[in-house]
Amino acid sequence: MGMTMTEKIIASHAGLEAVKPGQLVTARVDKIMAHDITGPPAFNELRKHSLESYVEPGRIALVLDHIVPPKDIDSTLNCMAVRDFAKEKGIEHFYDIGQGGIAHNVLPEEGLVIPGDLVIGADSHTCTYGALGCFSTGMGHTDIAAAMVLGETWLRVPESMLFTYNGKLGKYVSGKDMILATIGKISVNGADYKAMEFVGSAIDALPMEQRFTMTNMVIECGGKNGLMRVDQRTREYVKARTNREHKEYVSDDDVKYESYHEFDASAIEPLVAKPFSPDNVSPVSDVKDVKVDQVFIGSCTNGWLDDLRQASYILEGEKLAKGLRLIVIPATMGIYKKALKEGILDAFIEAGGVVSPSTCGPCPGLHQGVMGPKEVGLFTTNRNFRGRTGHPDAEIYLASPYTAAATAIMGTITDPREV
Amino acid sequence: MRFEGDIFRYGANIDTDVIIPGKFLVTTDPRRLAPHCMEGLDPDFSRRVRPGDMLFVEENFGCGSSREHAPISIKACGVSCVVAKSFARIFFRNAINIGLPILVCPDAVDCAASGSKGKVDTDIGSIDVDGKVFSANPFPEFITNIISKGGLMGYVKSRIGDHTSP
Repeated sequence: MGMTMTEKIIASHAGLEAVKPGQLVTARVDKIMAHDITGPPAFNELRKHSLESYVEPGRIALVLDHIVPPKDIDSTLNCMAVRDFAKEKGIEHFYDIGQGGIAHNVLPEEGLVIPGDLVIGADSHTCTYGALGCFSTGMGHTDIAAAMVLGETWLRVPESMLFTYNGKLGKYVSGKDMILATIGKISVNGADYKAMEFVGSAIDALPMEQRFTMTNMVIECGGKNGLMRVDQRTREYVKARTNREHKEYVSDDDVKYESYHEFDASAIEPLVAKPFSPDNVSPVSDVKDVKVDQVFIGSCTNGWLDDLRQASYILEGEKLAKGLRLIVIPATMGIYKKALKEGILDAFIEAGGVVSPSTCGPCPGLHQGVMGPKEVGLFTTNRNFRGRTGHPDAEIYLASPYTAAATAIMGTITDPREV
Repeated sequence: MRFEGDIFRYGANIDTDVIIPGKFLVTTDPRRLAPHCMEGLDPDFSRRVRPGDMLFVEENFGCGSSREHAPISIKACGVSCVVAKSFARIFFRNAINIGLPILVCPDAVDCAASGSKGKVDTDIGSIDVDGKVFSANPFPEFITNIISKGGLMGYVKSRIGDHTSP
């Protein structure tokens, strides 16, 4: 029997001809990511065990993204620790404030992750990069510290689930709605420990950035990694960013997946995940009377240029609903600059919104728009667990940039097709 | 290791945001994290928990964010071990890596209620809930090897020691 993409990438990095689900292997890693929250404790582990001198700088990427610019002395100390470590170890791929943005958008944009790679990062949304046809997964900071020393990590080869999306997406429906539909169907633990492989004509038709939105959220159903096959769109995206040779892996025709899930893309409508779980999914029409205090467009999920374009298309020439706040955070400074040039940011500011520098910010409740008790938010982010964005009694709905923009104008959760 | 204590019983899909909210992530100092452990789910938890007490939880414990602050805070407030129906993948690795004892045993969880008395022997994987004894699912040898080295960094040191010394 053949192997899946995930199995082939793991086998090639473990120096094995073949692997099968459930097998424990030690695999070479191509890239290791840490940020301002997870980098400093990883460095502390290295120091505590006198292992700092073994660190190989070439495969490490360090990005300041969670609390930048820092909001207090603790967060400043974290940024300083990452900056010092990067300098000390001569780490080339270090992105300071103003140079990078959110790690999961910076790494693909900078060409640091490419098809066929095996990537780990000290952040659960490291699974984002799989849209490029690589294996990537999130871990804690101790695992990352160990990989910095050994250049490898232990993995349990995951079972693979196949998700097929055929048909054409409707107007104002995006990759975000596709992945919400998926999480809603299989639940927050529906893919625990498993690989999620996405195929079908609707995936082929998705722009690269919306593909990232889908693989970004595989962790929301417990997925270990999510990935897509390499096509012309992937090749062009990668070629524009790096000369490094990439490898393309395709699942064999005779592969037997752990399970098969089919979606008619033309039937997917604008969706929301209601409080307090990403799998609590409903059509926007079911919650259309819910009044919203704050709309946030940004995060590693939906802070891409494409997302800002979609939202600004709806907000252009409009004003925010009375009493509603809009916070927009381009995911990287590269996206910020392009959006500025295209005049996209004007639409948000003229409408009465605020545009913040690239950071994770309010998504994990850190700064730049933390939610208060009983406040209702509509966020384009990835999680709406209780207390995630601030106060435990704040209620967050997750949705697409189109839905976020429509909601910002109307003040209640609004189907973008009706604006 | 052997532990004895009161059981705190919680449900399924408990995410790391409720175990330790984002606002506390600026530090990994166990003393600063401990008072906020489980704050999003059970605000009084850190005041009621006593050294040796145990968490008995259902499926997918520790889902969501990769923050290692979650198992660090659990360990720091005195919890001796976590018995679950299943663990989310990253939490599982993090707990093993920092030496927080975890066991998988759905039957023991079903039998437990908050306030039940627990006795756990991690060496043989036995779990006693109010006098009823259960056996935990054994871990693969590779994992028990990491545990026996005191966590992942101990394992890394032993691997490095195979080649050369710093």
